[in-house]
Amino acid sequence: MLRFAAPLETREEDASSSSLRFLLTVIRRDLLLAARRRGDWLTAQFFFVMVVSLFPLGVGPEPELLRRIAPGVVWVAATLASLLSLTRLFADDHRDGSLEQMLLSPEPAVLLTLGKAAAHWLIYGIPLLIVAPVLGIQFALPWDAVGVLVLSLALGTPILSLLGAVGAALTLGLRGGGVLLTLLILPLYVPALIFGAGAVDGVISGTGAEAHLSLLGAFFVLSLILTPWVSAAALKVSLE
Amino acid sequence: MSINWYKYASPATFYGLAGRLIPGFAWAAAVLAAAGLYIAFFLAPTDFQQGEAYRVIFIHVPAAWMGMFIYLVMAFWSAVGLAFNTRLSFMMARALAPTGAMFTFVSLWTGALWGKPMWGAWWVWDARLTSTLILLFLYVGIMALWAAIDDPRRGDRAGALLTIVGAINVPIIYFSVKWWNTLHQGASVKPSGTSMDEVMLAGMLVMAVAAWFYSIAVAFARVRRIILERERHTDWVNAQLERA
Repeated sequence: MLRFAAPLETREEDASSSSLRFLLTVIRRDLLLAARRRGDWLTAQFFFVMVVSLFPLGVGPEPELLRRIAPGVVWVAATLASLLSLTRLFADDHRDGSLEQMLLSPEPAVLLTLGKAAAHWLIYGIPLLIVAPVLGIQFALPWDAVGVLVLSLALGTPILSLLGAVGAALTLGLRGGGVLLTLLILPLYVPALIFGAGAVDGVISGTGAEAHLSLLGAFFVLSLILTPWVSAAALKVSLE
Repeated sequence: MSINWYKYASPATFYGLAGRLIPGFAWAAAVLAAAGLYIAFFLAPTDFQQGEAYRVIFIHVPAAWMGMFIYLVMAFWSAVGLAFNTRLSFMMARALAPTGAMFTFVSLWTGALWGKPMWGAWWVWDARLTSTLILLFLYVGIMALWAAIDDPRRGDRAGALLTIVGAINVPIIYFSVKWWNTLHQGASVKPSGTSMDEVMLAGMLVMAVAAWFYSIAVAFARVRRIILERERHTDWVNAQLERA
């Protein structure tokens, strides 16, 4: 069992280093749990690949058409895959009671939700970035578009994890939580989807990706600053 | 003269106040809607470009305004409720949501009716249509969250948080969608001067005030039901029910 409160002898250290240690502990713990239960996060990855692969079967194999729809298809599949794995972001810890213990620690709850969202991105976002180029090639994307696709996902998937943590905290322990989470969070994903898919479109149509990527980055920074506080407040509401 | 706001922050006193105010707002809404529709169908001139079909704006524009405005009012009450821990604020937010969703839906529906003769399509993926659709999704999400949470206190707070996150996100969604695609006609009502006939504008404003009064009356009626349900174990509610 890992410790969440800083041990007594380190209390004299300045608060920032103990906060950082708390954040890293939360992330390391979730990574360890994910490594022990590999099936869980592989499911989300295969879901992503399968959803994307279904589209050519549905719309036909013409490379022109596939290249046209690839950015949107990959991005929509990424949002759905993130939701699939977000339903259990807090649920497992809630069930065995460790979530309450972590909230009781002297460290602020905002670090807990930030760490949880960061761990979620490392577990679900990074593999997605590795798989995405393969899917891009399947959809006949040119190489520079594949590069921008990976870049836009690298900037955009943390937004999905951060915003999704708000929804996961709000729907914690509710019946039908998974579908409800989808209903709450998908509308909030819209800007990320538009800027992310738009960046790749920009490369394909020749108008450039910089503007979309800058806006995606701005949205990422805004989510990074605001959403951990909201998910911390939501966690407290849900556990009251 | 100062009003004792704290007195009316108590559900028990607000219940009576809302009951006294509802008939006034309801009648004002009915009279104004009748006047507005009279202006819309008999006084307002035919538009030289759009013909008679433009008359749907007398419903469409007030509905679109109210759909957005009610969301802002909900966000305001949610913030007040979270900041001051007043139960009545959360109840107001809950009472407003169905009316806001209804107006958002009406604005989408009438927009489709207008779009078919004007653009030749029931639906186009234009910035304002798309962001109104997403606003409707937000209303649905908030109401679904309330419906899923049985504990009223948790439901109030969770819904309030989601409303506020949505309120921050709505402008971002609007501009992202606008940037994504736009072919809606520019806004005709601007702060400095308008590009509309005065009679048309008057009809539209009368209809907007009617929609506003209607929303107040309906929200008050709904908040009275919510108060009764929440306070059903208290003496004053039982006394009310005895009398009824």
